[in-house]
Amino acid sequence: MSTFWSLWIIILTVINVALILWVLLANRKVAVRDDEDPENRKTGHVYDGIEEYDNPLPRWWFNLFIATLIFSAVYLLLYPGLGAFQGLLNWSSTKELRGHQQQAEARFSERFGVYAETPIAELAEDPQAMRIGMRLFANNCAVCHGSDGGGNWGYPNLTNNDWIWGGEPEQILVSIRDGRQANMPGWSNVLGESGIADVTEHVLRIAGREHNTERAERGAQAFARNCAACHGAEGKGNPVLGAPDLTNDIWLYGGEPQEIRQTLREGRFGVMPAQKDMLREDRIHLLAAYVYSLSLDYDEE
Amino acid sequence: MSSHEAAAGAPPVYHYKVVRQFAIATIVWGIVGMAVGVLLAAQLYWPGLNDIFQPFSHFGRLRPLHTNAVIFAFGGSALMATSLYVVQRTSQARLFGGPLIPFVFWGWQLVIVLAAITLPLGYTTAKEYAELEWPIGILIAIVWVSYAVVFFGTIMKRRVAHIYVANWFFGAFILTIALLHIVNNLAVPVSAFKSYSIYSGATDAMIQWWYGHNAVGFFLTAGFLGIMYYFVPKQAERPIYSYQLSIVHFWALISIYIWAGPHHLHYSALPDWTQSLGMVMSLILLAPSWGGMINGIMTLSGAWHKLRTDPTLRFLVVSLSFYGMSTFEGPMMSIKTVNALSHNTDWTIGHVHSGALGWVAMISIGAIYHLLPILYGRKEMYSVKWINIHFWLATIGTVLYIASMWVNGIMQGLMWRAFNEDGTLTYSFIESVIASYPGYFVRFVGGAIFLAGMFLMAYNAYRTAKAPGAKAIDESPAPKAA
Repeated sequence: MSTFWSLWIIILTVINVALILWVLLANRKVAVRDDEDPENRKTGHVYDGIEEYDNPLPRWWFNLFIATLIFSAVYLLLYPGLGAFQGLLNWSSTKELRGHQQQAEARFSERFGVYAETPIAELAEDPQAMRIGMRLFANNCAVCHGSDGGGNWGYPNLTNNDWIWGGEPEQILVSIRDGRQANMPGWSNVLGESGIADVTEHVLRIAGREHNTERAERGAQAFARNCAACHGAEGKGNPVLGAPDLTNDIWLYGGEPQEIRQTLREGRFGVMPAQKDMLREDRIHLLAAYVYSLSLDYDEE
Repeated sequence: MSSHEAAAGAPPVYHYKVVRQFAIATIVWGIVGMAVGVLLAAQLYWPGLNDIFQPFSHFGRLRPLHTNAVIFAFGGSALMATSLYVVQRTSQARLFGGPLIPFVFWGWQLVIVLAAITLPLGYTTAKEYAELEWPIGILIAIVWVSYAVVFFGTIMKRRVAHIYVANWFFGAFILTIALLHIVNNLAVPVSAFKSYSIYSGATDAMIQWWYGHNAVGFFLTAGFLGIMYYFVPKQAERPIYSYQLSIVHFWALISIYIWAGPHHLHYSALPDWTQSLGMVMSLILLAPSWGGMINGIMTLSGAWHKLRTDPTLRFLVVSLSFYGMSTFEGPMMSIKTVNALSHNTDWTIGHVHSGALGWVAMISIGAIYHLLPILYGRKEMYSVKWINIHFWLATIGTVLYIASMWVNGIMQGLMWRAFNEDGTLTYSFIESVIASYPGYFVRFVGGAIFLAGMFLMAYNAYRTAKAPGAKAIDESPAPKAA
């Protein structure tokens, strides 16, 4: 802040408060005592029949006013407020936040430290660790993946043991830490609307859904030429590329013919944001274990 | 001393037509604005109600309609009705301005109707309480300046030496709102219905809340203190308690209020010094705010018995209690430590409504009950008993509303800041929403009860206007020889 603006703030503040104090004190001359006859005299003004008493300011009110003024003066001496003056305590919200964060870091490192050392598969069996994992999930992941991890349209279900990017502990950890960027291109230019319809029928067939056999036959050829590179010849998918398995009738963007056609036409570019800049490494580790545990439960059932 | 009084001859014939128009508009817009409020409260409890007529019935579109309707349509009409009445009576001068007078009324109604159309259509500047897009913003400025000309023109013509304290407050309110409205709405239009503010970032936020808080400070406080200073002594038939107090609290209130906006932006990107200064000024504001309450309530000393028989007076006095309560709560909430808990919770909504329902609405209702018989040439309202029922509906509605929001707000604040030992948040956001459901229901009930009172008022007003012998009075009766 430049000296001019600093002085501008200081002068305006001080003048305003000083004037108020002056008005308060200048009108105090009638403030005798609270118990004095409150109806001593009137001002002589009459407005539409309304008169005014010349009563003194109530003493408690006067004192309250002075008390807030004293508090304010002290506060503005101790804390920033008067322009560039930092206050005698040299306090700032940034410093306060940093202090709180350091305290918290110290406290939580102790706690999470133990878990960070434990392998993910083992951690997934630790009920106390999983309770913490569940809370982390609820606060950071549930907004897209649902509070039960059951997913949503466009957000994978994490409980069904179908893994687009791989379900090994290390793969889950990478998905959370570094994020994932899917890249299914649109095929309208290559296949045309009719080709898209054919491939759709083929995809429906390998997923075991109702389909048009004639179109599916034609679609199979186009699939082998264009889609198999990522999804595999049999459409089983490839976790390295994040290409989903198309044969298990689990759909990220819907399994209705018109939804599949839309996916083929425009492509899909789902993003899982990287958490490494938002969450501490040891928490990501714990979250990976929690997500891993979600499909373990599924297995038992 | 006698020069202060009405020694200059009989009072003139006053212009009552615009007062009556605004009084009726107050009731009509009060019902509309509060009904939208009740619908919003219901939507929060039954989210399916958002789908009545999507996207126009969506909470996000109706919420600004509610705030604009109750503040500017209901509150604004009440302020214009009372100020244009009070300024004539206490200045002993007929309203100045000729054709400007109906222009102020119809111009203001046009603004309201345009707001009611454009807000549900989704046209908004996205500035809270200043959502109306630039063409309407300009219309508001023109109407407002005309209102100022009418008001101050009448003050200039006054036949009493001093300006009555009610007019100080009305005057401060009119001038400051003009300033706030124009500065905050400065924008670059990009099309007929879209503009972008000329401010950006933290500056934009500060200008917005400088406006936003002073919409509360000047529109909803100073203006309504003007109402208080006329209708309380008039209805109680007692002199104002202390002239000294009015001087001190007036100057303190209007000069300190303008600083208080930053308390809406605690713990934000606003610089530390701005936040501290806003908090300090908000605290200093406690005594000046209470000055008005003391002056109103103490005016009743020697006339307390009238409360037993006069429900209109009861409205006025209870509104002052709510005023005292919310102006204590306000400085409290502006303390950063308290704000850390209360910010973004329902506590804020409760605080606003303890002011809006308890203070603004109730004092307006009291003033309108005082005015209607005068404007229809009757001794009193059609049913005084109904006023009493309305009083209890309003009081119970307000108490249910604010109590449920206090509980919700403090609960939300505590839930959001609760940490587990492991440093994770104890509750996810949705859990705090689920926990708020009972409060949302009580709030809906409270609002509905308050609204029911407004319907009773409308019917009472209708019967008063249609009662035998009643007639709409455009001009005050010719003065009798004193």
